[in-house]
Amino acid sequence: MPEEIPDSLDSQTMISLRDLRVNYGDREILHGISFDVRHGETLVILGGSGSGKSTLLRTLVGLEKPTSGEIWIKGKNIAALSESELDEIRKKIGMSFQGGALFGSMTVGENVALPLREHTNLEDSTIEIVLRLKLEQVGLEGFEYYMPSQLSGGMKKRAAVARALAMDPEILFFDEPSAGLDPIIAAGIDQLIVELKQAFRMTIIVVTHELASAYLIADRMVLIDKGNIVAIGTPDAMRASTQPRVRQFFDRVPEPEVVRELDYLQMLTEDPRRRSESTERRP
Amino acid sequence: MQFVSQIGGSVINGLAYFGSLASLGGRAAYYTFVGPFQGKPLRLQRAVSQAMDVGVRALPILSLITFFIGLILALQAAYELRRFGAIEYVSTAVAVSMTRELGPLITAIVVIGRSGSAFAAEIGTMKVTEEIDALETMAISPVQFLVTPKFLAMIMMLPCLTIWANTLGILGGSLFGVGQAGFTLRRYIAASIDSLFLRDIVSGLIKSVMFGITITAVGCLEGLSTGAGAEQVGRSTTRAVVMSIFLVVVVDLVFTALFFFLSEH
Repeated sequence: MPEEIPDSLDSQTMISLRDLRVNYGDREILHGISFDVRHGETLVILGGSGSGKSTLLRTLVGLEKPTSGEIWIKGKNIAALSESELDEIRKKIGMSFQGGALFGSMTVGENVALPLREHTNLEDSTIEIVLRLKLEQVGLEGFEYYMPSQLSGGMKKRAAVARALAMDPEILFFDEPSAGLDPIIAAGIDQLIVELKQAFRMTIIVVTHELASAYLIADRMVLIDKGNIVAIGTPDAMRASTQPRVRQFFDRVPEPEVVRELDYLQMLTEDPRRRSESTERRP
Repeated sequence: MQFVSQIGGSVINGLAYFGSLASLGGRAAYYTFVGPFQGKPLRLQRAVSQAMDVGVRALPILSLITFFIGLILALQAAYELRRFGAIEYVSTAVAVSMTRELGPLITAIVVIGRSGSAFAAEIGTMKVTEEIDALETMAISPVQFLVTPKFLAMIMMLPCLTIWANTLGILGGSLFGVGQAGFTLRRYIAASIDSLFLRDIVSGLIKSVMFGITITAVGCLEGLSTGAGAEQVGRSTTRAVVMSIFLVVVVDLVFTALFFFLSEH
């Protein structure tokens, strides 16, 4: 029962989802999701474990293919694109993964420079300048020669953001940016997101379950539960909502984690990180 | 009936596995031969650094192993040959066995142990830490970035390693030949070379290239299909080694039979 009906497409809309359904095998994880993300907006996707928020994020960046429905990004329905057309969209987005997903065999600088080396014809000296700029933007000035294993958790996340920013993306995605960080470091990452928002007016989509971070960074929030949108609106509107599921989430009301073994098995099979499947999508 | 359906299931799984290998090999071939003409140039530097790992760093252990294998071959051949008073044919036995069969095969097994497992572990770990996903979101094909350089490296290095293995095997045999069969080193080497036909060496080298392709395909496929968690990386690595050994032997059989029937005319 969404609180907001999505608008029709207009030039202010960056991303538009229409009745998105995603399956893993026979199980439908997302049951017809529809919402819009406006240009320059920071949208936080909230939800519990097994709500489908990770699936939603992965589908938005093209790592999962929808079963049905449409995802309009910059006027193109990415659900219907070929891999090479999808690649063109991917060059305009950046994603920061939960653990950073930095390439362990390269230095921080080489990590950030990778998209530039692969997709542009820039000179090495220019790339050097750009990567130093990006590292400075995330507060990692001078760390370009460090290996990822030498960085702390918070620094890894910052490096991941720098890499996501390398190609000056129009949309930035974050998967659980505060996960595994202590509150002070997590606050630093939140601060970074706010700074990016203000400096570059990027469209930012963050998946998290940390309410404190969400309040700080969100222009709007959307709460997902069991593959459906429960509520969508500004932080104030969400805080004031009287819907039971919304109140339960925001007031941190506990409920039994599992009722039956079958339910738990269902929840397990929803998590994309537990699937073992080869990545066979490319030509 | 249960048993029959199990066999049917296994056959289908086996065919599916072979299909996945072929698909991966096909994509890697695309990025090697077609990609460069479509604005996706070959990153040779990555292939060269892989070649260093696969080839150059394998030389010490490969040298020791194949030297001993050559010596073992000589001992086993001499065991029979001396009954016929034909111990001087030891050089022939070692040279032909090494170049046609044991050089390529032992080299492949050493490379499986070193590089086949490493490929699966490296790519598998990247899968678990979402680095493969990260590549995809950056519009970089994991096959082009990770797999193609490995294929190039293996195809370049395995024939070279095989030649090295053949040489050291013959040298190992020479130790026996000089010590026990009345050869001088020069005469042994000359006798070995005399006993070889070009087709012995070439058939061995062709096999070594096919082994290299097989090892890379299996190692990379297992890595890419790793499940979640560190334990799964271990499983993928083990599977990669075992399947590589099995498939290398199958490929060996196919090509040995092929060369046999081709040589009949």
